[in-house]
Amino acid sequence: MAAVIPDQSHDHPHGPSGLMRWITTTNHKDIGTMYLIFSFIMFLAGGVMALAIRAELFQPGLQVVAPEFFNQLTSLHGLVMVFGAIMPAFVGFANWQIPLMIGASDMAFARMNNWSFWLLPPAAILLIGSFFVPGGATGAGWTLYPPLSIQMGMGMDMAIFAIHIMGVSSIMGAINIVVTILNMRAPGMTMMKLPLFCWTWLITAYLLIAVMPVLAGAVTMLLTDRHFGTSFFNAAGGGDPVLYQHVFWFFGHPEVYILILPAFGIISQIIPTFARKPLFGYASMVYATASIAVLSFIVWAHHMFTTGMPVTGQLFFMYATMLIAVPTGVKVFNWVATMWRGSMSFESPMLWATGFIFVFTMGGFTGLICAIAPIDIQIHDTYYVVAHFHYVMVAGSLFALFGGAYYWLPKWTGRMPDERIGKLHFWCSMVSFNITFFPLHFLGLAGMPRRVPDYALQFADFNAIATVGAFGFGLSQLIFLWVIVKAARGEGQPAAARAWENADGLEWTVPSPAPHHTFEEAPVVR
Amino acid sequence: MSSCARWAVLAIALAAAQASSAQSRYNFQQPVSEVAGQIYDLHTLMLLICLVIFVVVFGVMFWAVFHHRKSRGAVAAKFHENTVVEIVWTIIPFLILVGMAYPATRTILNMKDTSEAELTIKVTGFQWRWGYDYLQGEGEGIRIVSNMSTPREQIEGKADKGEHYLLEVDNPLVVPVGRKVRLLTTANDVIHAWWVPAFGVKQDAIPGFIRDTWFRAEQEGVFRGVCAELCGRDHAFMPIEVHVLSASEYSAWAEKQLAARAELAAEAAREWTPGELAERGSKVYATNCAACHQPDGKGIQPVFPALDGSAVVLGEHEPLVDTVLKGRAGTAMAAFGGQLSDLEIAAVTTYLRNAWGNNVGDHVAPAEVAAGRAR
Repeated sequence: MAAVIPDQSHDHPHGPSGLMRWITTTNHKDIGTMYLIFSFIMFLAGGVMALAIRAELFQPGLQVVAPEFFNQLTSLHGLVMVFGAIMPAFVGFANWQIPLMIGASDMAFARMNNWSFWLLPPAAILLIGSFFVPGGATGAGWTLYPPLSIQMGMGMDMAIFAIHIMGVSSIMGAINIVVTILNMRAPGMTMMKLPLFCWTWLITAYLLIAVMPVLAGAVTMLLTDRHFGTSFFNAAGGGDPVLYQHVFWFFGHPEVYILILPAFGIISQIIPTFARKPLFGYASMVYATASIAVLSFIVWAHHMFTTGMPVTGQLFFMYATMLIAVPTGVKVFNWVATMWRGSMSFESPMLWATGFIFVFTMGGFTGLICAIAPIDIQIHDTYYVVAHFHYVMVAGSLFALFGGAYYWLPKWTGRMPDERIGKLHFWCSMVSFNITFFPLHFLGLAGMPRRVPDYALQFADFNAIATVGAFGFGLSQLIFLWVIVKAARGEGQPAAARAWENADGLEWTVPSPAPHHTFEEAPVVR
Repeated sequence: MSSCARWAVLAIALAAAQASSAQSRYNFQQPVSEVAGQIYDLHTLMLLICLVIFVVVFGVMFWAVFHHRKSRGAVAAKFHENTVVEIVWTIIPFLILVGMAYPATRTILNMKDTSEAELTIKVTGFQWRWGYDYLQGEGEGIRIVSNMSTPREQIEGKADKGEHYLLEVDNPLVVPVGRKVRLLTTANDVIHAWWVPAFGVKQDAIPGFIRDTWFRAEQEGVFRGVCAELCGRDHAFMPIEVHVLSASEYSAWAEKQLAARAELAAEAAREWTPGELAERGSKVYATNCAACHQPDGKGIQPVFPALDGSAVVLGEHEPLVDTVLKGRAGTAMAAFGGQLSDLEIAAVTTYLRNAWGNNVGDHVAPAEVAAGRAR
């Protein structure tokens, strides 16, 4: 890919300065930065909740928190991590990288971009603030199943409004991304030349537009059941509690691909760079991503095998779920084939990408095991499932985010990440992640249910190990903060425009750090 | 890499040893029903297949990681697609999946066949206990309410934890060995899930709906499980204990239960003095009410109101009895009409009116509760 680069004349923001600059900005780089900072703060908040949970579970018995507060912690940990940390982090990456990667000067709807970010802090305040209202935060789990969620106090209503606001933000962000990618690509960049990160985000954005309104509908029905006398989910009034689960998971399953497809995109950018070899099977990567997205709409009830579905329902959802293993397998094979006979080096981004493939695939295997309905009936709502989804969300989404952050940090700050500290962050995270989550598989198999503040004595050893690992993992993330702060303060080795030796793509044709305005004249891709 | 192959063999041997060892803490509990056995074998099969794929894929990846390195002088190849390879690695996984789906389908069909049950028991989930009604078969008419029996002091660390900490109940479910038991699950308040791993049974209990499942215990003994669906504050504290008895032991147990039930009915019909009612009521309160409203009647604000000094408790009999019988819509107050007898509700309301600072001095008669049910 070659490009003609115009002069970069406008290096600095104009307009208001100080705080007003950030509140009024329409610049995709500023907004991307705000998304990333916001998501990291939420990541730390959700992490503190996780550590409180693990502290309680260190030993059998109740020591640290009361059971009702424990339920609030597990519920908010899930909501904060999914809606506050991972989703906004990927949107932050999209904001920074998509215009740079397709040669656009900014996002298509710059003012809406500002609006979709600034909706997030109020939503976060509602969510975190709900801990401090009478009755505390919702304790119905992040899935908010009724009738339990109907019993909750006003913290539940705050969570519902927070979800509404974050949903609006996500939908606006998604529309912006779709329009930007479809309309603002540089001349010559056909769809099949689009970098894979943009492809995966394009598909993700369609998923978001399709399912966020479904979630909004589900929680609105909860709200009217709670306060306005409707009976959507109340059998006494002609409703059905299981209806909520169907609607929720019709959102929820595409949602988990919303959390992982952009991660696939990031990994597909990093591996070719450090293998010094083009991505294997570009076209099949695109088709695999699209197939996963389509399949994600017809597998939702595999979260509900124990609700007592008819036998045909169980069979259908089991077969459909198993099918997802095929395109996911194709992706893993393609990455391995890209590495095969490459000329690899393992700087921090590549370490994270390789680590991602290794641990994410383990989560994929346990996913396949969970797909088998009879096995799922044993492991549903146990720590096996907790292990499974942390393997795909922490080792999957989060590790890819770290990989991406190290990869593009030179472009964002103009400084190379400190390799020594970066490698320390990787190895500490990798080891402590596995110490935390691997034993949970055994706990689930042996019969420990999830969402409990206390457990039978035979589960004590593995829980103690997991808690030690969790504190290690939590502390390891402060190393990441160190790397970022160091680069952001302009310490460390200055980065060239093409920061990594074999990096390919338009973003590497602009200087590092990327000036405030880039591609004011579109580059030409040949 | 020959060491890779050796690792594979070792790993598979380990997994196989794992699968054959009883009561492993790394694996499912020892199955005692046909379905649980099938699930156990399915899981072992899946684990082995995944392990083989794992070893092959990561054997290739780590070979590349160690050998195709720039620092080792590796020069990157130029290839970036190969249609044949890509089709092959799409089709082979598909065929493996078909191989997995076949035994899984057979197990599902077996699990879903609840016909020809010899005993039918309705399981009701309450916040936070289980109720069992023997609807059909030997023992028909028996009712059991099953509460966790682990003392609070053990949970709070004020006493040593017993062997079956959090997995023990006051009145266990009792079933005969070798007979097909059909369970009808439902719930009184929120969704619960009845789960006994050794039987391979986990079925949500959904308020307002009835679902069914079944098991046939192949072995006498005591088997334990827990509620598997988040159901509020004491979700961790509503265990399941099932005693599987021989046919003759079961018959003897059923007879005794039915006789005790008849005695209880006669008991309820006689005159009760206010003192007897209040004494009985304090026990009912401790088992059913104290978890939320607290032993001192002060409740937990704002979800569980105080009963000490409550206007409802001190007011007219009718609204008080109605609240206990039918619950309060839109609050955590459940309907106890299905769990407690007329006598028990009369006893607990009498107790409430005269406990702590409450001092009404009258009593609620069982007949008033019966009238309340009719309203």
